Amino acid sequence: MKKVEEELKKMSLTVTAPDVPALIERAMAENLVDVAYATVDSPVGPLLAASTPKGLVTLAYTEGRTDDVLERLSERVSPRVIEAPERLDDVRKQLDEYFEGRRTNFDLDIDWQLSSGFARKILRATARIPYGSLLTYRDIARKAGNEKASRAAGNALGSNSIPIVVPCHRVVRTGGGLGGYTGGLAKKEFLLGLEGALS
Amino acid sequence: MKPPFQRLIDDHSGAVKRFLAAAVGPPEAEDCFQDTFIAALAAYPRLQRTDNLKGWLLTIARNKAIDHFRATKKVSPGTIPEIPHEDPEMIDPALIAAVASLPEKQRSAVALRYVTDLPFKDVADIMGCSPEAARRSVHEGIKKLREVWEP
Repeated sequence: MKKVEEELKKMSLTVTAPDVPALIERAMAENLVDVAYATVDSPVGPLLAASTPKGLVTLAYTEGRTDDVLERLSERVSPRVIEAPERLDDVRKQLDEYFEGRRTNFDLDIDWQLSSGFARKILRATARIPYGSLLTYRDIARKAGNEKASRAAGNALGSNSIPIVVPCHRVVRTGGGLGGYTGGLAKKEFLLGLEGALS
Repeated sequence: MKPPFQRLIDDHSGAVKRFLAAAVGPPEAEDCFQDTFIAALAAYPRLQRTDNLKGWLLTIARNKAIDHFRATKKVSPGTIPEIPHEDPEMIDPALIAAVASLPEKQRSAVALRYVTDLPFKDVADIMGCSPEAARRSVHEGIKKLREVWEP
């Protein structure tokens, strides 16, 4: 009696899975991917890297949870957020080299759109701090054009969307304290140790 | 909040592919699937309502299936690969051909109800008709399938 319905339901079990890699390749070819992302393993925990056509826009400590990062990208950059690891091959390669101690300078285009105003100035100045050297919050505020704004500088660094590559870990407190770090102080210590900046 | 598009792929690509396999036949389903998601991705930034994204994707899929039928007339049983009858896991090609022979409304309604496993209310939303009309299309479609398809 019910044979036709049963057979139709069975049909759903035998349909081959869609070819998602082909879809993503076509989406990229047709310029429909505004934000491409990939997850990256690192000694400081899992990272999510995201790029727009302009450059790297986010590098986030996910602690294994990517939802919040992806939703923020969807809301603030574009909802056309697609997992497309090959678009981030260069970022992943340079991060690997950095963590192996073979790279002291990232050669990547940066998309600064998630920062603005004074915060962006702070982050741009931070991007120029050389490997292994330390600046204070006041130093970086001065470089951004307002020596008295070290608290604002701290906030700007706390909002950094591209840690590690924009090395906010190289900014520390006057007098020797490490200051804070998004993602936990242990990570800041690890990165500075890797760069030989703690001795 | 509009979910990142990747989530639509993760959550709904299977359902869209299943619907299309029934609506246009398995050999053509992949092309229509690709066209559906490319069209969705292109339109996504302008989409206002995000409360039923699965329904939205299936609406686009149905339109792609209609376009496909307009271009190629029908799924001819000849385009369906030979499937050994004795394999119980495989679908009888004659059933696929029988589904293809239904009028579009009945075919889409039957596919959405049984292959994609949606309630009549959702079938109605996707097809832009009342739940009663959706139920009628499904019943008529099933009745015809019983007449033309013999296992």
